[in-house]
Amino acid sequence: MQAASTWDWTPGKKTILEDATACSSEYEWMQESVASPDGESLAAIVKLGDEEFTMCVNGEPWENVFEKAWNPKYSPDGRLTAIVMTDMAWTVAIEAEAWEETYDFVWNTSFSENGEIVAASIQSEGRYGWNVDGTPWDELFENANNFVLSKDGSATAAAVQVKSLAQADIAGFQSGIFSVAVGGVAWDSIFMNCWTPAFDATASKVATAIRTSLYDYSVAVDGKAWPASFACVWEPAFNPATGEVVAPVRHQGAWGMAQDGKILWKPAFFQCWRPAFSDDGKILAAIVAPEYGKFTVAVNGRPWEAMFPVVTDLVMSPDGATIAAQSSEDNVNFRIMVNGKVWNGTYDMAFGPVVGPGGNVACRVEKAGKQAILLNGKAYPESFDQAFDPIFSPDGGKVLIRGVAGGKYQRIVAEAGAFKG
Amino acid sequence: MNQLYDLAVGPLTWLAIGVFVIGSLYRLAAMYAMAKKKDGPYLTYMSWRFSLRSIMHWITPFGSLGWKENPALTIVTFIFHICLILVPIFLMSHIVLWDQFKGISYPALPDGAADLMSVAVILACLYFIWRRVSDPTVKFVTSCQDWTVLILVLLTFCTGFLSYHQIGSSLVMTTLHILCGEAMLIAIPFTRLSHMIFGLFTRAYIGSEFGNVRKARDW
Amino acid sequence: MSTIADRRIEDAGLEAGIARLTPEKIKKTIEAVLAGECGARLKTYIETCVRCGMCAKACHYYMSHKDPSYAPVGKVKQTMWEIINKKGDVTPEFIHQCAQVAYTECNLCRRCMHYCPLGIDTAYIMSVVRRICHKLGVTPQYIQDTAHSHSATMNQMWVKDDEWIDTLFWQEDEARDEMPNLRIPLDKEGADFMYSVIAPEPKFRTQLIYQAAYIFNAAGLNWTMPSFPGWDNSNMAMFTGDSEIMARIERQHFEAAQRLRVKRIVMGECGHAFRAVYDMGNRWLGWKWHPVPVVHSIEFFWELLTSGKIKIAQKYPGPVTVHDPCNTIRGRGLMDKLREVVNMICDGIVEMHPNREHNYCCCAGGGVINCGPPFKNVRIVGNKIKAEQLKATGVKTCVAPCHNCHGGLDDIIHKFDVGMELKFLGDIIYQCMEKPEAE
Ligand code: HEM
Ligand code: HEM
Ligand code: SF4
Ligand code: SF4
Repeated sequence: MQAASTWDWTPGKKTILEDATACSSEYEWMQESVASPDGESLAAIVKLGDEEFTMCVNGEPWENVFEKAWNPKYSPDGRLTAIVMTDMAWTVAIEAEAWEETYDFVWNTSFSENGEIVAASIQSEGRYGWNVDGTPWDELFENANNFVLSKDGSATAAAVQVKSLAQADIAGFQSGIFSVAVGGVAWDSIFMNCWTPAFDATASKVATAIRTSLYDYSVAVDGKAWPASFACVWEPAFNPATGEVVAPVRHQGAWGMAQDGKILWKPAFFQCWRPAFSDDGKILAAIVAPEYGKFTVAVNGRPWEAMFPVVTDLVMSPDGATIAAQSSEDNVNFRIMVNGKVWNGTYDMAFGPVVGPGGNVACRVEKAGKQAILLNGKAYPESFDQAFDPIFSPDGGKVLIRGVAGGKYQRIVAEAGAFKG
Repeated sequence: MNQLYDLAVGPLTWLAIGVFVIGSLYRLAAMYAMAKKKDGPYLTYMSWRFSLRSIMHWITPFGSLGWKENPALTIVTFIFHICLILVPIFLMSHIVLWDQFKGISYPALPDGAADLMSVAVILACLYFIWRRVSDPTVKFVTSCQDWTVLILVLLTFCTGFLSYHQIGSSLVMTTLHILCGEAMLIAIPFTRLSHMIFGLFTRAYIGSEFGNVRKARDW
Repeated sequence: MSTIADRRIEDAGLEAGIARLTPEKIKKTIEAVLAGECGARLKTYIETCVRCGMCAKACHYYMSHKDPSYAPVGKVKQTMWEIINKKGDVTPEFIHQCAQVAYTECNLCRRCMHYCPLGIDTAYIMSVVRRICHKLGVTPQYIQDTAHSHSATMNQMWVKDDEWIDTLFWQEDEARDEMPNLRIPLDKEGADFMYSVIAPEPKFRTQLIYQAAYIFNAAGLNWTMPSFPGWDNSNMAMFTGDSEIMARIERQHFEAAQRLRVKRIVMGECGHAFRAVYDMGNRWLGWKWHPVPVVHSIEFFWELLTSGKIKIAQKYPGPVTVHDPCNTIRGRGLMDKLREVVNMICDGIVEMHPNREHNYCCCAGGGVINCGPPFKNVRIVGNKIKAEQLKATGVKTCVAPCHNCHGGLDDIIHKFDVGMELKFLGDIIYQCMEKPEAE
């Protein structure tokens, strides 16, 4: 989430809605709400009548109503979107304006990092692909999944089925029917499976996990498979500085990291996934399990000492100086870890740490049904029935807190000093 | 013959016991090392409580479904194993030898009882043999090794019995007996008889999986 | 005495698979699996088995055929012992036999562990045989097709991303005729539980999604379903021996729950899916226990009924019998809760014998039913014992909280004229619960 300096960053609390469930039109029900990035609006799908759904924003419904609406999302630049249906045709509505193009189905609304580009997965007459800002891929495919949009939004990719398959044709499947399409154009090469395609920093190259036979896994970059194959691979990632591709690989029963087909981290882990780079490509982190049942984060191959039964939500600051993740046991006792140190508190749930400028880390957590925001391990004194993820001010000095407490939707700008708990 | 007897009752006995003890320990240690290396995840579910719970049910006659559904075999195998283990350890003739060579002495089974128990083992072996020949399921899976170990046990007990009752040449019989007994001891770590060393652990493992993970009985 | 060779069945997958094999490839693959993936468990099982045959009576195949080659130890003899004795020097035809035994004549039901004094896990040994067959590319066609579907779509039935969501909308619409404010909340972050189902539900048995949604709405629960892959909890790759795809599916399923920040995963009435999620996937992925707790419907319904969130208006008429699915009973010990639930919703239980952990398998599980038509007859005839067990209860209704069991029991009920209807717990609860007044 990129915060803008134009937002109101005056420290203090503002009640945006006295009643978060208010709507000037009478409704049958209101669904889960979403908060705008700047915190100034709260929106939710409301059902006004039979086959009449719309978004209600700060108590005011959109003018258009739809037969169905789902998946409300704010773009990073603060535009409210929802996937909507009229006359059995689906499309994306942005700030109440629906795209002109409609499809037999639409899902997976996605945004460029700055929010300017809105894209979604579409199905039209049984053919699949991406639609970017209202324009579909030139060619659609029999099936497509594993959709990915580049960070800048300039490029789209997905795993696509390029050959038809008769019922239970196992030989046909094994000879390969999948490929990756970039911008609607499929690679020439075909594989048995393609998973988790990923773009490089310039949105010009794509790497994907592939399976070439029932048991040979590898990575293909722009359609060309690594010469080496492995017992299994997970999601590849590009080094943003050098363009090299890394992926967790399994070799002789253990996981390590490979780079361009060669072993980079010796396969010695019980698990290794979610590789992440710093912008300069010098730091590579991943979630690993040095032992069975014990997870942590490894940075450049060296695991942190603190280990937990489960570790998720690995995030890194662009400069790589701050790496955070959360841990849990049996889906409770959530803890936040930053650079190998574990914060004191434990929580019933954590919603993924957020790394801000200057290496500050904030996180939304829940305890006994109440949600709170932590900054560098300390809680903001107020708690919420429902909060949203914290957002840092552009200079990293302040945190925007959004949440509903006692029925009121509030927007709080908090300075670091305000986190005392 | 006398020389053979001396050899058998002396050095070979120590050799046999040595191979049995060291062999068993070695096999246990090696298996544990392998389990740690290659079955590590599975070892982490082992639990004393559920291991013992399972073992207790299975060392009780008719304490498990398997025993209940195979009643004849259950009775025979319990008698067989109890006698098989008790007789060689608590047999007067054996203790005398311990005493003679090492000065170790401990209470013995009355000769009459030991004799009866030996007969029981011999009969049990005959029953096992009969099963292996006549029960199609058992026959289907029986191989050479099963016969070898079964015959080995049978021979040891038969020769022991015969020599105790002084049937045939006492010297020959006793020597034969001792050689068979030694062969059997040596066989334990390296044949099917190794179920004596590993059986408790396989049971304990499955007991732990059932108790600890699957929260169900395994008997 | 018959052996597997006397009942060879043609299957496109198996035939094509063995046609590609060479003795070298077989040996190399077997050695790699045995040395690389097997350890002390397999070794002790093979070595310490005293060939006593006690396990024979455990297996419904044996009990139905009374043929030694169907006894658990008989299956091991015809496959793994041979493989180990010959150090992998076996013929392609032999691999065909291994596949037929391991995929179609063993349900991995684990009943034999209740019979073996040494606790030998024959189901595990059969899984290793399957693993070898998978690695050799010798797998029955139909189940392999489902494994392919899993790999390509992360669900078992080639359901495409949008078809899933569309089906939920459709069921939501249908159900709103009955309960106007009913919702199937998609991607609701922080819900109390994520409800996951098997892909045949959206494909063929949408009624089950309808019923579940109805029950959860009536009970006023805070729940959700993912709109993205990870919604399918079934896992046929687990049964083909494709551990890597098995794990990929389980990762997706658990990560869906983690992404939605739910407290628990509640799974529909499926047994094999439960085994995959509860017992298998987490281990391969390195989680000792489940990253998100998993609750089977049996237990979940028990919670709803005992806490009074769901009340029964009128009990389902006539005594019923209860089938204990292997994967939730021997696999999770839910036999008491199952009976408590059935007693709360039905007019009494007539037990079949044996029952609880000692129940006979439905003969569909372990992927056997998914091997499809070529093997159907063997599977049905191989479970005469179950038909007799059902008949002996003399009741007209059988509650079986598992998809596979429904498939398997349905077949034997027809074949042997048992004259019984099969019910899911959800069917009965939906039918008999106190329903909120429709406006
Ligand atoms: C574990 C292996 C052995 C078993 C199961 C075994 C068993 C027996 C049995 C059943 C008897 C006959 C008892 C009776 O009928 O009352 C016997 C007697 C005897 N055993 Fe063993 N035995 C074993 C090893 C040995 C060894 C290693 C030695 C010598 C070093 C030995 C020396 C004798 C002697 C001296 C007798 C008495 C024979 C007699 O009274 O003339 N046994 N044993
Ligand atoms: C203390 C550990 C032992 C345990 C828990 C144990 C357990 C068992 C079990 C469960 C069986 C299968 C049931 C049957 O077929 O009767 C068996 C069979 C057998 N045991 Fe043991 N046993 C032990 C020690 C021994 C020893 C020390 C020997 C001989 C040296 C032995 C010889 C045999 C034989 C020959 C059979 C096979 C019977 C047949 O042919 O069917 N056992 N044992
Ligand atoms: S079907 Fe069940 S009882 Fe028969 S061998 Fe397989 S796991 Fe054992
Ligand atoms: S019951 Fe156990 S020891 Fe006996 S034959 Fe069967 S697997 Fe082997």
